[in-house]
Amino acid sequence: MTTAIETMRDTPLTIGGRSFHSRLMVGTGKYPDSDTMLRAIETSGAEVVTVAVRRVNLDRSKETSILHVLDPKRFFLLANTAGCYTAADAIRYARLAREAGFNEFVKLEVIGDEETLMPDVQGLLEAAKVLVAEGFQVLAYTNEDLVTALRLEDAGCAAVMPLASPIGSGLGLLNPLSVRTIKRRLRVPVIVDAGVGTASDACLTMEQGVDGILMNTAIAAAQDPVAMAQAMRLATIAGRAAFLAGRMPRREVAMPSSPTKGMLD
Amino acid sequence: MTEAIEVVVNGEPRAVRAGGGGGATLLALLRELDLDPRTVVVEHNRRIVRRPALGEVTIAAGDAIELVHFVGGG
Repeated sequence: MTTAIETMRDTPLTIGGRSFHSRLMVGTGKYPDSDTMLRAIETSGAEVVTVAVRRVNLDRSKETSILHVLDPKRFFLLANTAGCYTAADAIRYARLAREAGFNEFVKLEVIGDEETLMPDVQGLLEAAKVLVAEGFQVLAYTNEDLVTALRLEDAGCAAVMPLASPIGSGLGLLNPLSVRTIKRRLRVPVIVDAGVGTASDACLTMEQGVDGILMNTAIAAAQDPVAMAQAMRLATIAGRAAFLAGRMPRREVAMPSSPTKGMLD
Repeated sequence: MTEAIEVVVNGEPRAVRAGGGGGATLLALLRELDLDPRTVVVEHNRRIVRRPALGEVTIAAGDAIELVHFVGGG
């Protein structure tokens, strides 16, 4: 499926020397089954898909590796360090992920709180510095704090990924001003990661001018994940197009759209 | 007689066949577990073992081995 809007002139999204045409990135967790996951990802148009690193289940009755569903030649696999609560753990997971042999990219998460899954920004910075020094392209999942984002950029991160709202919450973009400020101040790409719930959230997020958006639960946990993947694809494109178009100024009084002259006596 | 080596694989104690004289290698362990070395990353006593070296690294009693791969995630 193509839409006319995609022929609009837009630069590709370049992160760590790799260029992507889709500004929507998707996760691969929590799908009801792998067939639905694959169809949803295909429908989303995403090129970058995130994966997690976990122990092989040795008592498996079936193969659990995501590589049996996702062709790494078709999709750019972005490994995460989800579930890591210390810099040391995140570094360990990142190294394991790189050894899988697909790329040097890692979506770095260092979580600081179990209830909110808010990032531990101190651990995040520490891990980012180590991984950047080891040649990783680090995409750092962080909160919507400008100073942390600036420090992550200074640390050499390839992209900074502020959250829209807590992981898996579906609350949407809670702090558009902070996300806009981060985008305005950083040179590296800003990808909003986590928290969107539905298409309007994705659209509003892209309207802030950020470079991309990453989501998982909003698609995977929808009643119809494939249909939601399509909605998210269109919303991401629409939000980007609206940002590029430049919205009209807001004003707090009405202004008629039709001529005020030429009215009948 | 086939000797067995007690190791810890993915956090669980496990008896691994020792193999002929020289002890079992990590590659032999993967084969024994019916795992494809191309989709599994091996950490041996906290050190990542690159694929080409899997057939050269031998396992000793008490070793901690982690076998990981990519699964669905955000």
